[in-house]
Amino acid sequence: MIAIIDYHAGNLTSVARAVTHLDYKCVVTHSHEQIEAADRIIFPGVGAAGSAMESLKRLGLDTTIKAMFLVGKPILGICLGTQIIMGHSEENNTRCLGFVDGNVRAFPSKMPSANEICLKIPHMGWNRIQILHDHPIFSGVNENDEFYFVHSFYPEPGKKEHILGVTDYGISFPSVVGFDNIIATQFHLEKSGRSGLNMLKNFCAWQPC
Amino acid sequence: MLSKRIIPCLDVRAGKTTKGVKFKNNIDIGDPVEMARLYYEAGADEIVFYDITASHEDREIMIDVVERVAKTVFIPFSVGGGIRGVDDMRRVLLAGAEKVSVNTAAVKDPHIIAKGAEVFGSQCIVLGMDAKHVGKKKNTPSGYEIVINGGRTYTGIDAVEWAKESESLGAGEICLNSIDSDGIRDGYELKLTALIAENVGLPVIASGGAGKPKHLYDVLTKGKADAALIASMVHYGTYTISQIKSYLDDFGVKIRKTW
Repeated sequence: MIAIIDYHAGNLTSVARAVTHLDYKCVVTHSHEQIEAADRIIFPGVGAAGSAMESLKRLGLDTTIKAMFLVGKPILGICLGTQIIMGHSEENNTRCLGFVDGNVRAFPSKMPSANEICLKIPHMGWNRIQILHDHPIFSGVNENDEFYFVHSFYPEPGKKEHILGVTDYGISFPSVVGFDNIIATQFHLEKSGRSGLNMLKNFCAWQPC
Repeated sequence: MLSKRIIPCLDVRAGKTTKGVKFKNNIDIGDPVEMARLYYEAGADEIVFYDITASHEDREIMIDVVERVAKTVFIPFSVGGGIRGVDDMRRVLLAGAEKVSVNTAAVKDPHIIAKGAEVFGSQCIVLGMDAKHVGKKKNTPSGYEIVINGGRTYTGIDAVEWAKESESLGAGEICLNSIDSDGIRDGYELKLTALIAENVGLPVIASGGAGKPKHLYDVLTKGKADAALIASMVHYGTYTISQIKSYLDDFGVKIRKTW
């Protein structure tokens, strides 16, 4: 059973639909018992870091998820979930969970683009990833594969080896982050077509050593 | 860098995909759930549904369509038409849509944009704009006026001003439809599209007039659009999404090549 953490940060039904489509069982939950009983955890989220952290604390989920991280359960962060596992976010000046050492930064404003209009923020749409460090989650990923992004902030791990993949949007920013039993993508695996489902499936089968 | 998005648009009436010319003479052309799945598998980057019906029963059918699409389509899709408030938005989003688009209701009450953005986030809220060339007048300095109710009612609102206002209210994207070019497959309204794209910091989806791949090339380059809506040119099998993308790729437009 996969627990998809429900902390009132956006609509999580699409993540559940994608996992179900891959023939894995999942539950969208904020129950401590269900999260503790799950084999693995998906930590999604859409919205702002400040209110997301408040919800997590109010539901007591910050400590539960941390405990699951420490016992070595595979954890997948998606989008805001990826930012919340970092130490600190520039969004609402928020202290986050701190599983991954580093900060969440805003894209610089007024990044130039090819057609004389500044690059639009949020970074929204399909973009590629450049894999820096191999990982089982990248199994079957093609260099032309693209993934669906919607975000104005990005994670910036303190340790270079925690940056597994990067994406170009005005700057090169970390789009896949992870180490040990945690892996996190800034893009939406559940909305990235076959390429996203492939990576989601890789996570569902992943056994971190 | 971001790829330019190619977005098939399905007008849905009473649970069937339908197509008209300049919003008139609609004929049914297929099952939206099946068409969406086929477009997803054929490389569409996103899908747009417009519920063009009005009755209460048909609205229930639309929610059912959205739920069924969400089970087989794993790319973003948006739903517009008849969204009158936060409750309508919530139903569509919970049924599985990534975004909702508001058009007439936002003109009548612009705060629907702000409320939607506050509750669901700007990334969920698309402003659908139908604009018509009317020439430069006192209240339409851009030369384009917003029309509502499927193109039947003039509002006296300037298209560029409305686009800017929607951005300040919290819209996350603009889907810009030119009434003058809609359904006649003679190319998008490039001047209008570029005008809107230059005046807002939001992504702009161009709509109305796609008939051949060159039209998409033009609107994604000269028209400065971030995405292009297509309907007739793929609905009737004249082109596949793959053919359109190959054409764009050959001419140097960055598109998503694997799916």
